Amino acid sequence: VSIVAKAPIVRAGFGITAHELRTLLVGALLLIAAAFVPLVSEGYVLQVMISIVMYAALATSWLLFSGPTNYIALSTAAFFGIGMYTAAGGIDILPYPVLIIIAGVAGAAFAGIVGLATLRVAGVYFVIFSLGLAELVRQIMTWLQHVLGTMSGLYVTIERTESEYYWQLLLLTAVIFVVGWWIGRSRLGFALRIIGNDEVVAVHCGINTARAKVILFVISSTFASIIGALVAPRWGYVEPVVAFNPFLSFQVVIMALLGGTHRLWGPLLGVIPFTIIWELISIEFPDQTTMLLGVCFLLIVYAIPNGFTGLIEDTFKRRAKGHGGSPGPVHQVLGAVSSAAADDPRPQQSNDA
Amino acid sequence: MDIVIIGLLLGGTYALMAMGLQLQYGVARIMNLANGEVLIAGAFGAFWFFAGTHASPLWSLLFVVPLAFALNWVIYRVLIAPLVRRAKNQGKLDVDSILATFGLSFLFIGIMVAFFGAQYTDYAYLSEPIFIFGERYGLNRVVAFLGSVILCAALYVWLHKTRAGLALRAVSVNPSAAGLVSINVMRTSALAFALGGAVTAAGGVLLSMYLTFDASYGVVFTLKALIIVILGGVGDIRGTIVAAFILGLAETAVATLIDPGLTLAAAYILFMLVLLIRPEGLFGRRTA
Repeated sequence: VSIVAKAPIVRAGFGITAHELRTLLVGALLLIAAAFVPLVSEGYVLQVMISIVMYAALATSWLLFSGPTNYIALSTAAFFGIGMYTAAGGIDILPYPVLIIIAGVAGAAFAGIVGLATLRVAGVYFVIFSLGLAELVRQIMTWLQHVLGTMSGLYVTIERTESEYYWQLLLLTAVIFVVGWWIGRSRLGFALRIIGNDEVVAVHCGINTARAKVILFVISSTFASIIGALVAPRWGYVEPVVAFNPFLSFQVVIMALLGGTHRLWGPLLGVIPFTIIWELISIEFPDQTTMLLGVCFLLIVYAIPNGFTGLIEDTFKRRAKGHGGSPGPVHQVLGAVSSAAADDPRPQQSNDA
Repeated sequence: MDIVIIGLLLGGTYALMAMGLQLQYGVARIMNLANGEVLIAGAFGAFWFFAGTHASPLWSLLFVVPLAFALNWVIYRVLIAPLVRRAKNQGKLDVDSILATFGLSFLFIGIMVAFFGAQYTDYAYLSEPIFIFGERYGLNRVVAFLGSVILCAALYVWLHKTRAGLALRAVSVNPSAAGLVSINVMRTSALAFALGGAVTAAGGVLLSMYLTFDASYGVVFTLKALIIVILGGVGDIRGTIVAAFILGLAETAVATLIDPGLTLAAAYILFMLVLLIRPEGLFGRRTA
């Protein structure tokens, strides 16, 4: 599934260019191809594929907010856990599809509160707040269960095959991509890119920065909650320590960073290799996973700060420069400027084209 | 009365741990999300020493503090300094240092799990009662509090009476102006970062005397220290101490009156209030 999120800056209306149509078609073809996987292979391969699609959905929804704004949200596990608990807590009372909607609404409401409280002030406060959010919700959940006198774990069982889980998650991933693509083309997405590049400039352009950030954070977190509700019955048994595992937030960030955070399809490039490598590591070194995860994270932050998409684009830029014939003085200057921009390791700059 | 005294004892120890983060964030301007892991490492150091020798864990400060200082110095020199050099402004540095130290925190957790295991750890030292105003309190809490007060006082005097302390405070106020009066900002920041790590680890040694901890518990302390620093105002030692007592009291009140499992909720409520009412902290200066 591959859709380019980069919208031309100057555009009115909703005209779809030929280039965009092509990427849409490629995306649709990839989606159809991915949908056939359960028919060809089952068992272990399908399990790994489910992991990949789940993390792709989580990392892409994470990117919707954290990509353009550079506000690193470390709270995925909190919203994922809320979704899981909504599904687990209501499974005996309400039909499952209703629970998925409720999970989304609950995640949205919680994200709205958190966003309104933290996104009006400096970004670093938001990061701190999100860091302990999963632990906070876990404590509150444990306490609620204690007060209500229920057991600490909940069983969720519905009739679903592995293929159905896969298709559900794949469909949701497609929805996230379409939403992300649409946001990228909208005024909201444009506003977010300005905020990410320079928040002061954004304010001076008359953008209501707090509103834009809260809306995006709510959208992003809603998806995380829905994903939680979708996979809860697959896990079968939900308890606070599992549902609000801080590792999940960490893995989502690491995968998105590996792929690159300034293209909508960036996380996908990170999720696929990372999930496969991670499967191998968990089998080979089951006791050292945390340490190795930390090492991987540091390697990515220091060695490929722009992720795979950054590497790919740099390569293309260099090749384009190499085939450019003999450049005049103006081109040389422009080339120097663009190579300076390409050498810049920070992920913020290359949003504007 | 119970709540007030236990809260004050807890707040006193929190003050030391938050001073460590204050040095790292207020002076060196590095948002260190691995701070809590350093604290837990200090706690494990004390546990390991006590289990091996049965001497007072306070003696472990003698090796925990220099080790933490050296480790944090190396971290700053090797991992953080390149980020500082390539950062264009404080916002970019925050993003980078958050990512780097976030990765570092998981690396530390992994190393600690490898050495000490993932189970909850505690040890019984001085767990005899002491009577204050006719009520029973754990002697270990009182000793930890006193240790923290002594170390905080020493740090305060060092910061305010020595040339090195003056340089640290100058960098805290304005790094570029500090450079103009021939203060080596990079070296001073490294010193502040290393010292902050050492102070945090010392806080871990003291807290380990009466708290149960495990390898992955650091994030909670990181969060508490951050909330204390923000509540007190970034770069303000007085504020940090006052805020540490506020958090200690609030947590103890919640733990006693509602549920001991909800201490983090108390910290978060304080955090929310600060962000909504006074984002620059109690004693902080409003910046443009």
